[in-house]
Amino acid sequence: MSRDLILSSIRSSLGRRAGQPVPARPPVLLKIPEVPLARRIGQFCEALGKLNGKSLVAKNLEEARDYVAGLVQGRRAIASNAPFLGECGITSIPGVETGFTGRMALRERCATYDIGITSASFALAETGTLVMLSSAEEPRLVSLLPPVHIAVVPTSKLLTGLDELLTLLPDPAGHTSGMAFITGPSRTADIEQFLVRGVHGPGEIHVVLV
Amino acid sequence: MSILPAGEIRKTLLDDRLQTAIYGSTGRLVGKRRESIDDPVAAEFEAWRTHANAIKRHTIENLDYYLEELERNIVKRGGKVVWCKDAEEAAEFVRRLCREKGVRRIVKSKSMTTEEVELNHEVEKDNIDVVETDLGEYILQLAKEKPYHIVAPALHKTRYDVADIFTKTLGVERETVIEKQTMIARRVLREKFLTADLGITGANFLVAGSGAVVVVENEGNARLSSSAPRIQIAFAGMEKLIPRAQDLAVFLKILGRSATGQPLTVYTSFLSGPRWPGEIDGPEEFYLVLLDNGRTKVLQDPAKRQALYCIRCGACLNHCPVYRKIGGHNYPWVYSGPIGAILSPQFHGVTRDPWLPHASSLCGACGEVCPVKIEIPKILLELRRDIAEAKEREGEDRVQQLAFKAWAFVMTHPKLWSLALTGAPYTMPEAENGWIRSVPGFMKIGPLAGWLSQRDLPAPAPKSFRRLWKERQEGRQ
Repeated sequence: MSRDLILSSIRSSLGRRAGQPVPARPPVLLKIPEVPLARRIGQFCEALGKLNGKSLVAKNLEEARDYVAGLVQGRRAIASNAPFLGECGITSIPGVETGFTGRMALRERCATYDIGITSASFALAETGTLVMLSSAEEPRLVSLLPPVHIAVVPTSKLLTGLDELLTLLPDPAGHTSGMAFITGPSRTADIEQFLVRGVHGPGEIHVVLV
Repeated sequence: MSILPAGEIRKTLLDDRLQTAIYGSTGRLVGKRRESIDDPVAAEFEAWRTHANAIKRHTIENLDYYLEELERNIVKRGGKVVWCKDAEEAAEFVRRLCREKGVRRIVKSKSMTTEEVELNHEVEKDNIDVVETDLGEYILQLAKEKPYHIVAPALHKTRYDVADIFTKTLGVERETVIEKQTMIARRVLREKFLTADLGITGANFLVAGSGAVVVVENEGNARLSSSAPRIQIAFAGMEKLIPRAQDLAVFLKILGRSATGQPLTVYTSFLSGPRWPGEIDGPEEFYLVLLDNGRTKVLQDPAKRQALYCIRCGACLNHCPVYRKIGGHNYPWVYSGPIGAILSPQFHGVTRDPWLPHASSLCGACGEVCPVKIEIPKILLELRRDIAEAKEREGEDRVQQLAFKAWAFVMTHPKLWSLALTGAPYTMPEAENGWIRSVPGFMKIGPLAGWLSQRDLPAPAPKSFRRLWKERQEGRQ
């Protein structure tokens, strides 16, 4: 069997025995700066703006709802099953459908609707990133197939950056089968390094920080 | 043994359009990298490089331990690990799985490891529709070409080339506007994503402690390939390991900046197995193909095994004066540029492409920009020594060896040297404006022949230094 062949060949090259413990690993290098919330919000919006993503800081749930309603107007949207979207009243905006539990129905809507609305498990201020832990409440395709993605995230989820995230979640695999970082709209520069947005994922992204 | 593809290289050098494309694209990538590491948030970039090097060294030196840990964790969450000693075994696994599961269509996101396997060619034997979904890779698949660059595979194609390729293969109207070309690809590929049974992705990192595969990208095609189809296979060279998810902090920071000057790419997927009960989407089955294909051979050499630290950012290609002239297709294997020049000989043996480690000016740029600090120039020199030793063992290059022995003999015998100097001007052809354009046949031996074919020699001075010195001494008396 190739497995044992490969492992024994590696061991003989490295001069190791099966089951031999490893010396101490290099220490983990994680630094979490002290950044007040207002500054984190500013950083997030600036970083996302540089990537052509749009952001809005909503004072309360109603403002968030109104902003999303304005974007949806006249278009069809699918919302994930994240409870926070319900709390904001976003799932009752006309044109927004939610509550899908079947694979084919979800897929069909995501592939044909104009807008996908999600929340996010975390957001990272330094890079303007959304952290999506996939689950029954937050399926993957909602933030992936529709040409427009709107994420509505409470500011309590806004972390400084990657180092803080990996301090909170030292092993993401214990929380989800799939974690995705989304940093701005989908883009490509494969032809003549000319930037085009929305190649496979959404070309337009709005983040509402509540 | 492959010889230097001089004809092909000359063609590349004489193609003005191609030269502009390569030089322009790599130059822009160099600029973006510079800009991103000059940003104050990347003030610790050098420390990150040193740290990344230490993590990679530790992991490679204990590779068997981390491979077993990775396997345990993947199996624990319902995934399967498939160990493949070579390309054949990997291709055979995918073909068998397709037969068993009734797979008719495969969507693939960018993976250099599957290029090693020539996977598309293999599964097409079974009439399976396999589609590259990265825009650059898709263009090349339609054009039946191989990637030109690790990160920017279609770097050598212009919008007009793409227009020709799309018109010819997709039957669409000729379109030269890049945004519209991109939307054509989006439309065609969207249909493929929604109807594929199997998604194949590469892997930028394998996280041993989590049993996870990490894929970074900008388009969303890798996310789609791993989210839409019911089966997912991730392909990875077994050197892609890092011990813990927390180590990603440093690797993600150096990878995006080194490759495209991005602090973080648009999408980073951390995939740790099939979907959990209750989840609505995501793969039902998850396989990781761990490919050896020569990697255990590279491990045998303690000094050169650091070539396996590579995270495939492409920075060494962009900064290499040789790559920037000869481009990606003149390298003999899937990996081009300086990293290709040290990987290919170690995977295939030094005598297969002996010209490769010599295709370097040893300027050192590759080593200076490598985010994991692989000492590429040093390895190139060591490979040159290995090649010389292999040739000596095999009794090749007798003429060259004799010539160097004769040279050494003359150099160490002052009387002979003096005689040779006196005679030298008479063996040389007439100089034009102080330069000798072609040298006599006896000088066209070994590497000297190639070196001289591109260079003129200055004409010998009318009086040698020895002669002048002698006259000066005599004048004083």
